[in-house]
Amino acid sequence: MSQDASAAASSARLRQLMITAAIWIGGFLAIIFLLAAIGVSLPQGVVQTLDGLSKGAAYALIALGLTLIFGTLGVVNFAHGALFMIGAFCAVTMQNMLSISKTTIDATQKDFLGNPLKVETPYVVDWFGQSAGNAIIDWAVPIAILLVIPVMLLVGWVMERGLIKHFYKRPHADQILVTFGLAIVLSEVVRYFFGANPIQSPAPDAFSGSTDIGIMIGLAENQVVYPVWRIVYFFFSAAIIAAVFAFLQFTTFGMVVRAGMADRETVGMLGIDIDKRFTVMFGIASAVAGLAGVMYAPILSPYYTIGMDFLVLSFVVVVVGGMGSLPGAVLAGFLLGVLQSFAAMNQVKAIVPGIDQVIIYLVAIIILLARPRGLMGRKGVMED
Amino acid sequence: MSNSNFSRRGVLKTGAIAGAGLALPTYLSAASHAGYTNAPTGSTVKIGFNVPQTGPYAEEGLDELRAQELAIEHLNGMGDGGMLNTFSSKALSGNGILGKKVEFVTGDTQTKSDVARASAQSMIQKDGVIMVNGGSSSGVAIAVQGLCQEAGIIFMAGLTHSNDTTGKDKKANGFRHFFNGYMSGAALGPVLEAEYGSDRNAYHLTADYTWGWTQQESMQASTEAIGWRTAQNVLTPVGAGDFSSYIAPVLNSGADTLILNHYGGDMVNSLTQAVQFGLKDKQVNGKDFKIIVPLYSELMAAGAGSNIEGVFGSMNWNWQLSDAGTAAFVKSFGEKYGFPPSGSAHTCYVQTLLYADACERAGTFNPCGVAEALEGFKFDGMGNGPTEYRAEDHQCFKDVLVMKGTENPTNQYDTLEIVEVTPRAQVEYAPDHPMFAGGDLGTCNPGA
Repeated sequence: MSQDASAAASSARLRQLMITAAIWIGGFLAIIFLLAAIGVSLPQGVVQTLDGLSKGAAYALIALGLTLIFGTLGVVNFAHGALFMIGAFCAVTMQNMLSISKTTIDATQKDFLGNPLKVETPYVVDWFGQSAGNAIIDWAVPIAILLVIPVMLLVGWVMERGLIKHFYKRPHADQILVTFGLAIVLSEVVRYFFGANPIQSPAPDAFSGSTDIGIMIGLAENQVVYPVWRIVYFFFSAAIIAAVFAFLQFTTFGMVVRAGMADRETVGMLGIDIDKRFTVMFGIASAVAGLAGVMYAPILSPYYTIGMDFLVLSFVVVVVGGMGSLPGAVLAGFLLGVLQSFAAMNQVKAIVPGIDQVIIYLVAIIILLARPRGLMGRKGVMED
Repeated sequence: MSNSNFSRRGVLKTGAIAGAGLALPTYLSAASHAGYTNAPTGSTVKIGFNVPQTGPYAEEGLDELRAQELAIEHLNGMGDGGMLNTFSSKALSGNGILGKKVEFVTGDTQTKSDVARASAQSMIQKDGVIMVNGGSSSGVAIAVQGLCQEAGIIFMAGLTHSNDTTGKDKKANGFRHFFNGYMSGAALGPVLEAEYGSDRNAYHLTADYTWGWTQQESMQASTEAIGWRTAQNVLTPVGAGDFSSYIAPVLNSGADTLILNHYGGDMVNSLTQAVQFGLKDKQVNGKDFKIIVPLYSELMAAGAGSNIEGVFGSMNWNWQLSDAGTAAFVKSFGEKYGFPPSGSAHTCYVQTLLYADACERAGTFNPCGVAEALEGFKFDGMGNGPTEYRAEDHQCFKDVLVMKGTENPTNQYDTLEIVEVTPRAQVEYAPDHPMFAGGDLGTCNPGA
């Protein structure tokens, strides 16, 4: 290619980039203008944006894992929500493990039937004293991260080797059916052991409650107050996303995986066992879903169908972002989270009643009509 | 000569199919049941417990089931007799109902109206139950009540708190022991005024279905009656999980009180998230921000943990009451299962006994005889003080409890404390009250 042709191509790319940026900035400004016009104040807008970002962080993490599995193995994994749910229940399990107690009878107190009261004392309190023992129990959710990574890697490996690998060459409909069935089985197993009610898994005391973000950005006191743990979740999520991208971008393993995602057969012909690497990626995607779940437990008390509730939204996120596109999944996750948050505002619902319940699907329709491959979808993916 | 395309065989076939088609919808009310649907003929009688065994209210449903099984034991003369010993009516003697041993079948409503109807229909058609009892959720109760009316079966509603169940959707074959949204509002109003004054601005988050709508309407009416203003009422989807997008706007709304018209898992989540947003520590217009949960249950309270501390709500009944009926039931239930019964367990237990007692007093299982025995029936010894099944709408009228989340719990069951036993007179209303208007009780359907 001559230098002139190369320069022209660069110029065209730059022009395309600038047009895209202009559309995004224009759209962003139009939304701000619209919100101001319907009476949404700056503090309200900031709170809803923060809320949307923390919601979007969960969507992005789940969608990232879904896309990793789809992009590598070509499997539409409807059991991915169940992996998120198992992650959340790792927090509950850790809390239960740390709260295992010895029972003593206190004859001075009575239970509800008038019998001597059975007093439960956690072993960690017995071993480490009241202060240290309670502090360990208080930190159950962060400690559960140590549990969730090996558990999810194992669950992912078992799931992929034991079941999903048998469906690689089967139609997507078969994959959806088998993974959906697996999701139901996993949910029911969790219900059997943990019951149907949501189980509280609070954040450590140091991160519970809220903080005044408004003061930090020059607004008046008490106008933008936001839960600390949701902020922690947002940054945690950003760190995980960055780590996954860095792993794929800057390691040899990641480079091979990316090559395999682009052209599996050619990579195979080079003598690389791409299947083994893809199995590892399934485990990593499971771990990402598990981490998303364990850290989300203080935000939404885990219950056995929590994964199903997130799964549908996450699939919409993946489709809107573009099937197989990791940056698309992340971008769409945050975008839809923010839109969902604003749609719940009274000012918005007053104009379009019930918009909060359909906004994600409405936006998905609009985006897919305008860009059938999603925001950042690649040509040829899911188009056969 | 006329040409006809009809053949004898064709006419017979078409007639048979048409006949079967016409007969199918009327099966439930067919006259093939010896005067009324599923009239018991042997030495046993079967009743159906239709409760959520899976889904978001499964724990409530399973507790209802435990209580119903206990009631069957007591009816059949097993165990310690529980509330049969304290019930003011002495028609039941522990030998079943009208001398027939009581058996039961169970169904899973999944807290879905269509599933609950299918489950009830199966129990009526396949299992031959004479009565359907239980359930959690007003949407389900109204759906099953309509089915039982058509089928000629008595329906004893379980945990249903919408005004509509015995209001615009009331049915002659349906009876409700549980209290309702109006009663919660009427009981809470004066307590809230005494605790928080008469100058408050309330923000409502409301579950978007029949129970939420009528609960919100009742709370708005009772709080405005004490001088409070209503800042907003925001409808939220049932099972939303994360309510943060609905709670965040409360911060800058100017409201100083949040009323959560949510139940079950939704209430656990919305209350927890409201506390995470710092609302319990917030001050608005020089007043401490307050949260109110109009309808409480022990199972929800346990799920919400320390977040409910100091939060006011109401209940139909609580195991901590000190009357003889409550003590007898708590002892029976506690010794069998190892923990105190919930309010939904109590109401389902009581309704099973009330139905059996009505059969004994009427001397028949005929739904119309049973309904007549229940209408206007006054009783005591069942944990709520003197109680009456009002004939006009089949709603039980009795005392209501105002509760508060225990601030310094001493054990795992010490989650709620009784603030006040609101007398029946304060929560009573006229049968044609606007919040209950629009329905027609109709006439009893025996299914014959």
